[in-house]
Amino acid sequence: MASSFFAKRQPGPSNAAALAAQAAANKPWIEKYRPKTMDDISSQEQAVAVLKKTLESQNLPHLLFYGPPGTGKTSTILALARDIYGPEMVNSRVLELNASDERGIQVIREKVKNFARSTVSTNTSDHSVPPYKIIILDEADSMTADAQSALRRTMETYSKLTRFCLICNYVTRIIEPLASRCAKFRFRPLEEHHSKSRLELICLQEGVQISPEATLSLIRLSDGDLRKAIMFLQSASRLVGKGKEITVEVVSDVAGTVPESVIDGLEACWHTRDYNKISTEVTFAVREGHSAARILTQLHERLLRNDALTSLQKARMAEAFGDMDKALNDGADEELQLLNMMSRVSAIAA
Amino acid sequence: MDAGLLWVDKHRPNSLDKLDYHPDLTAHLKSLCASGDFPHMLVYGPSGAGKKTRIACILRELFGAGASKLKVDPRVFETPSKRKLEIQVTSSNYHIEINPSDVGNQDRIVIQDLLKEVAQTQQLDASAQKRFKVVVIHEADLLTRDAQAGLRRTMEKYMGNLRIIMCCNTTSNIIGPIQSRCLLVRVGAPTEAAMVEVMQRVVKKEHCGPLPDSFAKRLAQDSGRNLRRALLMLETAKVQRQPFAEDQAVPRMDWEDFIKHSAVNILKSQNADTLLTVRGNLYELINHCIDPPTILKTLAKELVARIEKDEIKMKVIQEAAFYEHRLRIGNKAIFHLEAFVAKVMHIYKKYKVRFGVPLLGKGGTTGETGTGQRKNEGEE
Ligand SMILES: Nc1ncnc2c1ncn2[C@@H]1O[C@H](COP(=O)(O)OP(=O)(O)OP(=O)(O)O)[C@@H](O)[C@H]1O
Ligand SMILES: [Mg+2]
Repeated sequence: MASSFFAKRQPGPSNAAALAAQAAANKPWIEKYRPKTMDDISSQEQAVAVLKKTLESQNLPHLLFYGPPGTGKTSTILALARDIYGPEMVNSRVLELNASDERGIQVIREKVKNFARSTVSTNTSDHSVPPYKIIILDEADSMTADAQSALRRTMETYSKLTRFCLICNYVTRIIEPLASRCAKFRFRPLEEHHSKSRLELICLQEGVQISPEATLSLIRLSDGDLRKAIMFLQSASRLVGKGKEITVEVVSDVAGTVPESVIDGLEACWHTRDYNKISTEVTFAVREGHSAARILTQLHERLLRNDALTSLQKARMAEAFGDMDKALNDGADEELQLLNMMSRVSAIAA
Repeated sequence: MDAGLLWVDKHRPNSLDKLDYHPDLTAHLKSLCASGDFPHMLVYGPSGAGKKTRIACILRELFGAGASKLKVDPRVFETPSKRKLEIQVTSSNYHIEINPSDVGNQDRIVIQDLLKEVAQTQQLDASAQKRFKVVVIHEADLLTRDAQAGLRRTMEKYMGNLRIIMCCNTTSNIIGPIQSRCLLVRVGAPTEAAMVEVMQRVVKKEHCGPLPDSFAKRLAQDSGRNLRRALLMLETAKVQRQPFAEDQAVPRMDWEDFIKHSAVNILKSQNADTLLTVRGNLYELINHCIDPPTILKTLAKELVARIEKDEIKMKVIQEAAFYEHRLRIGNKAIFHLEAFVAKVMHIYKKYKVRFGVPLLGKGGTTGETGTGQRKNEGEE
């Protein structure tokens, strides 16, 4: 009997408002602090400025947002839509299709057609609302090339009534004819001082205490991905509990950083050709549950900083690292891959 | 009613308070459950470290005893090509569990259907402690890229009444955008000392002690710090010999012994006959549903343990890594397993010639090695 789990949602008018308020309080910080307006978007000054300008001209082109995760792409288009239509109309004027939806050629065409055709209830008194609707294709890089090329026609057919916004991480995965129809906006990894001020704002509102060094390592560990930084911040604050300060150690703990001692142990093996030693260190790291991909990243930092190695040695070692990265990506066994990489590297470095 | 259960299941802790090791992690999880803003979670660590147990405890902490009342229902999903898929889904009133390996390539559709359905339902029980429901995705590292991409925006949109807990052995296969939407929870294997404690407690509850610490320690070591495995071995050991003895043999799986014999054979003689015999053994293992990567890895470890020279050990492990990778992306496991064996024979024989170790067996190996590799190339 699955019925109890899948019972349909009952609209409860009496306590709906209370529920909404509670839901907001219960939202994890990455959602709670999602920018509400274009002005809340930090760091992407260029994109935001150009977008604001285009808005004034009432003539929005098709858009293509690209950039690494957690840099504000989805937030920007959602904020933009809210700025254009206002909070009430935004739901009827914006259609979002993301990688979770069926996005075959036929389905897209059908959905876009229906959405574009449903008449825009033009409120004549309100001239500030533009006549077109917006269709957001989030995670567009996971669409097949066929579906993308079918999209070209659809875009042209409904160009009077709709504007498309394509969002992706890798602009190279969008076919050229499609990309060339859009105004492109590149979202950059957040600059340190922008991440910093955003994190400080959250700390202030949530009453979190954090040492300046910890904030810095939070930012460093998240590579300009603000969502990651906020996620780390929230779990760090849960870890230390209310009223205590978040330290650098706590941050590297929640970020899943492999402890320096483990990395030290592995690096020490580079200069021996002792298989058993390698095997002991690798097995320990794997049993502790550290991700091989993380270990690889951290070992790579060590490689760059290591002065005892010649450039040629470093190059050859980097090759072994690259092979391992590829193999991991294909789902190969982490322990075997680590053993392989370490034994290759030790033959180069020792 | 408990009588039929294996010890591993019977003595599985069912609340955070009863968890044995990693007390810091347990405390962290407890405070997360108590706070209102419980995040999505990615729980990772080696197998047998107790990830599943911990997740069950989290659910119980969040929702109370109702989360442990599980039922299994068949559910039918339809693919865009109108093909019907029937899958067994485990659920309680508060959560639902899915396993991508049951679904194969259609995992995106099944997961999205389930998530959307869950997101549109609400907690029936008004007194429920949490507003959201939980979807547990086991073996999340097996999710296709397609399914992972599909989860990204879903995880954001349905945050209001849905949380996802993913469970996997490694985060290496989980795409970055998903990792950054989750709280990463690492569950390392228990230390040997912690495992001995757990075993002692179980033995005490089963009234079949005393259990010599030294034997328990050997079980912990031989299991590779895999607690599930250690408890299974302990239960077998109890059947084999009561009371336990210090010098009792650690029970081994018969397939492990089978692989060990193959390893011994390979190092004894490197020729076509041995290759043929070993291939027969490999086939048999595959037919007994031993996972091919596990066969390869176990064989490699048995080989390396029997080889003296570091240089040769390393060569063998490098080949193991190479062929295990090939095996994952290829189709026919036996080709890669056989190619690995042939390669090892080649390496080992060359080494014996170089160091003047007397050759056992008969015939050259180069021919056989070639066969193994040609097959392998034809396959790619
Ligand atoms: N530029 C930014 N300014 C303010 N907050 C940001 C910014 N970028 C990211 N964030 C924070 O990170 C969260 C996720 O951002 P968003 O969903 O816009 O990322 P994205 O670029 O769409 O990432 P993905 O490629 O993974 O979909 C937001 O809810 C917000 O809290
Ligand atoms: Mg996004």
